[in-house]
Amino acid sequence: MNKFSWYEAKSVEDALSKVNATASDILGKAPNSSSVIFKAGGIDLLDLMKEGLVNPSTIVSIKNIPGLDKIEYSEQDGFKIGANVTLEELENNAVVKEKYLALHQAVAHAGTAQLRNSATLGGNLAQRTRCWYFRSIDHQCYRKGSGTCYAQEGENEFHAIMNNKTCASVHSSSVSTALMAFNATVEIAGPNGKTRSVTMEEFFVDPETDSRTENILASNELITGIAIPAVNENVKSFYIKQGARESHDWAIADVAVVMEMSGGKCNNAEIVLGAAAPVPVKAEDAAKKLRGKSINESVASSAGKASVKGATPLANNAYKVPIFRSIVKRAILNAV
Amino acid sequence: MNRDNLKSKNESESSPEKTRKGISRRGFLKGAGMTTVGTVALQSGVLGNTLDEQSLDEKAIGPDAELIKLKVNGESHSLAVEPRMTLASALRDKLQLTGTKVVCDRGACSACTVWIDGKPVNSCLTLAVEVQEKEITTIEGIGTPEKLHPVQEAFIEHDATQCGFCTPGMIMTASHFLQNHPNPDLEEVKTALRGNLCRCGTHPNVFKATLSASKKM
Repeated sequence: MNKFSWYEAKSVEDALSKVNATASDILGKAPNSSSVIFKAGGIDLLDLMKEGLVNPSTIVSIKNIPGLDKIEYSEQDGFKIGANVTLEELENNAVVKEKYLALHQAVAHAGTAQLRNSATLGGNLAQRTRCWYFRSIDHQCYRKGSGTCYAQEGENEFHAIMNNKTCASVHSSSVSTALMAFNATVEIAGPNGKTRSVTMEEFFVDPETDSRTENILASNELITGIAIPAVNENVKSFYIKQGARESHDWAIADVAVVMEMSGGKCNNAEIVLGAAAPVPVKAEDAAKKLRGKSINESVASSAGKASVKGATPLANNAYKVPIFRSIVKRAILNAV
Repeated sequence: MNRDNLKSKNESESSPEKTRKGISRRGFLKGAGMTTVGTVALQSGVLGNTLDEQSLDEKAIGPDAELIKLKVNGESHSLAVEPRMTLASALRDKLQLTGTKVVCDRGACSACTVWIDGKPVNSCLTLAVEVQEKEITTIEGIGTPEKLHPVQEAFIEHDATQCGFCTPGMIMTASHFLQNHPNPDLEEVKTALRGNLCRCGTHPNVFKATLSASKKM
């Protein structure tokens, strides 16, 4: 890690008045006398810094900003979760476990227990891809401005099977897979007291839209929290993460299914695939197979097939296609 | 080398460093009229926000080593650290608490597990400057050679170590788990120890030891 100064922000305004870049803005650049960036849990940032990919001159810690560590819930409005809430706090929240099962399952399978005790929700959303070419300081990949995605012709067994022509990386936040399925929104604070609220689909951007990063955060913006709409007792959900091993690992494929049931039929459904494309994606064709139907094995199976229709796997990751078919089907059947 | 010697060594190491309240290197630079502020202000002029670099520089710690206080195993220590120093490194290299091991240095193996305010975290992904107000517990803090922790005893009894490098992290995780789950079954023990990797493959004996310790706690 390069040498840097350390500052404890007292408030969101204080933090925003100090920073002048995101970690993504300075990624791949040499230490610069004026790069001031945020840090919360630091799980992803310290990793990028140890690899020499991010070299800030000052780190503004946002971890102790009062108020960002709160979880608020009401039956009417759902959840408002502060950006500094740790994954462990979210994992052990009784209401999340009871009413938002897919989110609980996604959080409980993120990283290790040790990481979840430090990792924050905001940081989990804003983390960068774990593509090994991106993480390698020796590879000037598309994400670092070269225009070349080494995964296209290289080692691509864990890479994207959809929207993968420009950059085949997959985003690493399995928590986002579940949040998107619950139609969560991301609360963002900017300079001069400005705030905005964006959907998860708006928060994540394709590599074609922005080669530098997977999200819309500008240099002077900070995630302050996540809002998750209320769910009634007819909303059922389930999340499955398929990794290379059961202990802990990044997802090879993960899926969150959220269905609103009524009289044995599925009124509405959202299906989100993680580790399929450069950012989490809603499998709308698959969700359509569920809406208005009674959920049974053949309906679930048709949704599983639809979820990967049009997939364009690379040389070494076609095995992911049947995994998605299978976990989508299983998640649907487990949800009801 | 006893602890008193070590402490005086740390203090002598840190004495040339300027504490927050003394005349700092930064103060000298400012007095000499050569601050980094001018350059920074010029470079950041394009930014819309009011970047109060001078006050940031004034209030920030580092980048050189400065004195901080850490409370480890109930004992307060003053030590000079650069902000980039990880807690794992501060424990091992500054306080000579070498029971905490660093293996992957990336949060993937959990060998460096310590407790911060009672919760297991990766000390390799924690900076020393950010845990100044916290209670830090390391493997040295949960038992002594004369009076081992029940989990330490069980690890010996069940031969739950091979090369031993992952062992302190395993014990920190297992003992925390047993504090909160007095009567676990094997599946719960396996889940609790998911994050801790052992390349020798001694997991089955770690599970046995943890289950056995649960009956003595």
